[in-house]
Amino acid sequence: MFGYYLDLALRSLKRNKVLTVLMVLAIAVGIGASMTTLTVMHILSGDPLPGRSAHLFYAQLNPDIARPHAKEPAYVMDYHSAMDLWGAHRADRQALIVNSAIKVVAPESAVPPLQLDMLSTTTDFFPMFGVPFHYGSGWSADDDAQHARVVVISDDLNNKLFGGANSVGRTLRLGRSDLHIVGVLKPWRPAPLFYEAWGNYTRPQDVMTPLTSGLEINDGHFMQFTCWDMPSTPGHLQNAPCEWVGLWVQLDDAAKVSAYKQFLGDYAAQQKSLGRFTSGVTRLRSLMQWLDYLGVVPDDVRLQNWLAFAFLAICLFNTIGLLLAKFLRRSGEIGVRRALGASRAAIFAQCLVEAGLLGLLGGIGGWLLTMAGLWLVRRQPTDYADLIRLDLPMFLATFAVAIATSVLAGVLPAWRACRVAPALQLKAL
Amino acid sequence: MQIRPILSTLRHHKLTAILLTLQVAFTCAIVCNVAFMVAKRVQRISVPTGIAENELSAISSSGIEKGENMQARQTADLAALRAIPGVRSAVAVSYSLPLNQSESSSGICPSKQALDRAMQLNSIDGSGCVQPASYDGTPGLIATLGLQLVAGRDFLPDEYVGKGKPAVAIITRALAQKMYPGRPALGQSMYDGDHFIRVVGIVDTLLRPALRKPGVDGDSLIWPQRPDGSGVTYVLRSAPQDRQRVLKAAEAALLQASPNRIIAPGQMQTYTQIRRAYFQRDTTMIGLLIASALGLLFVTALGIAGLANFWVQQRTRSIGIRRAIGATRGDILHYFQTENFLIVTAGVVLGVVLAVVLNLLLMTHYELPRLPLWYLPIGALALWALGQLSVLSPALRAAAVPPVVATRSV
Repeated sequence: MFGYYLDLALRSLKRNKVLTVLMVLAIAVGIGASMTTLTVMHILSGDPLPGRSAHLFYAQLNPDIARPHAKEPAYVMDYHSAMDLWGAHRADRQALIVNSAIKVVAPESAVPPLQLDMLSTTTDFFPMFGVPFHYGSGWSADDDAQHARVVVISDDLNNKLFGGANSVGRTLRLGRSDLHIVGVLKPWRPAPLFYEAWGNYTRPQDVMTPLTSGLEINDGHFMQFTCWDMPSTPGHLQNAPCEWVGLWVQLDDAAKVSAYKQFLGDYAAQQKSLGRFTSGVTRLRSLMQWLDYLGVVPDDVRLQNWLAFAFLAICLFNTIGLLLAKFLRRSGEIGVRRALGASRAAIFAQCLVEAGLLGLLGGIGGWLLTMAGLWLVRRQPTDYADLIRLDLPMFLATFAVAIATSVLAGVLPAWRACRVAPALQLKAL
Repeated sequence: MQIRPILSTLRHHKLTAILLTLQVAFTCAIVCNVAFMVAKRVQRISVPTGIAENELSAISSSGIEKGENMQARQTADLAALRAIPGVRSAVAVSYSLPLNQSESSSGICPSKQALDRAMQLNSIDGSGCVQPASYDGTPGLIATLGLQLVAGRDFLPDEYVGKGKPAVAIITRALAQKMYPGRPALGQSMYDGDHFIRVVGIVDTLLRPALRKPGVDGDSLIWPQRPDGSGVTYVLRSAPQDRQRVLKAAEAALLQASPNRIIAPGQMQTYTQIRRAYFQRDTTMIGLLIASALGLLFVTALGIAGLANFWVQQRTRSIGIRRAIGATRGDILHYFQTENFLIVTAGVVLGVVLAVVLNLLLMTHYELPRLPLWYLPIGALALWALGQLSVLSPALRAAAVPPVVATRSV
């Protein structure tokens, strides 16, 4: 039966080509617009570390004595608190996050000096975030403790400076210090760059050093997030009244999570009673909660998404109206089929098959338009442009949405068509 | 034109008429709001910065190691830059320029009492204290940027400091009015918690490096402070058409003066490029919004024309009969035009209500201001025009139906 309905649908679509093209076009444009924005949303609001993110937590407290009644803690913390919490080793794994800009040059390479962002962190950073290594590995806890002059570099930088060769063991000059390369990463592009408090889609830093060494080699060049008083030595923030250090912890089960929450709260309360803090507010957000709190998905992208779906809705209205016209125009034909014994259900099914076929055609057009739309998004100078592509689920979703919406649009016209009174139509013939 | 027969026909096509009305209503609601969003964005990207935008370019240098004498380095660099043919003036700033995103700001109060009030309230709001953006730079900044001094004077040479806090500042007119409403700001002493800072000059407009919201975007303050970090941005003023050449020459001159430094390719820009980069997202959004509004209107026009076509076909016979018993072509044409007008009117009435509802929704989720009411009649007019345009061709076809059709079976 389905084959026969398909045949009838094809004939019907061929009968009025202009109308068919217009309907397919309307569906295609609606699908193209909404799937383009939906794909962007899907990518931007995705989980940067699937499988791991549920066990990763970001610790926040409020060291800013000038904000005693703040409802939310600071985005990052002061060095003193960060070292206290890190030194307590209460989590399964933990990593400190500090950023600075530094001049990078490979003495053996002809590439001119580069000004790059340096991530200074601790040994657990690599296993905790599942950072993939191409050559070598991260540094050890000993390296952290001994202020070892070691560095891990990105795949990108390795290609730029060493032509992609195994550069483990070679020397990289950061500022005025020579560091030993111990690891080269595979391409690694978590999106968004979740471990930073700035909440965007930039790439991870190209050079990563132990925090202890980073603070020494780039002393005087550290930038604060905020300060509640002027730092006495700009760029040297270890004992400055400034917030600039992030702390991530890995907690493998719920009991550990609540224990750590308790620990964090107790620490803040203790510091408050010691007079170092004026506020006891703390937060321990999971990775996805943290991204949600930062509001990483740009407002404009959300707005585009709504707009695209409004567009799709209007296209749907259009399809309903045109299908209604199309089906009712065939009242005579439907009357004959009914008189010859076709049930109402059969007419209904036939109309829906026709609507579904329109949806399929619209889906193909919509897919092409989505590809064009995504191409346009990739050409925008945004920091997420390189991430945007149509993955398999979204490809399938394009067709599913196209067919589902057009069948939905077909329900009302089909219902009207199957209630055509056969006798009246036969009389009119 | 009699409306009664049209209404009774529409009663027979309730469903289709309702669908069309709804489509017109939604289109009206969305298009009104989209037009408003476009207007808001256009307003945002055309905000004046107060500086001589089309004569300025900026080049950033970094990576000079500590230990070198920064002040001497800068003086030598500036001399080299000023020697480039076409450069009218050059200054060094730490990093901030209007709309280049690198903002440094700190709280400041009109008086010590205001600070105490802020401490008591535990909030800066309502105390009179503000958080202006701070600009610094070498002598000649005001003239090089092309700022309009409306009161007071430029800094004196001995007021400039390298490290530490200067004792004077120049503020914008917006900041002056906010901090000292109703009295002259010139000569007042602002308080930042440690020092008193005297206002020696007021400039007309100087936008922040990163916009926040319209009420505070003009709150800026200039310190007589020379940049002292290892990174510095040189601002050059030249004729608009010379800017690219001047930038190239400046890069060469800086690298010659100190080959040790880094000038990143993205850090050599004319001010026009800086401004364009800042508003890049907004320009994309404006394009997208306009495209989607036009797309919506097009799809709606398509729907109206499609249905009108269908009705004309369906009623060919009755049109023939009407023509045979004396209706003129004009009567038939007007019939369809009036029918369309009635449907679109119903849609527009509903659409105006929906537009306001949609605006309220957007206000809660996207901080969009209230839709000015005059957008609504304009939206309504646009849809009426659109309806009449799209019904014209089917209506003309209907008017062309010959009376003889009445005698044939269809």
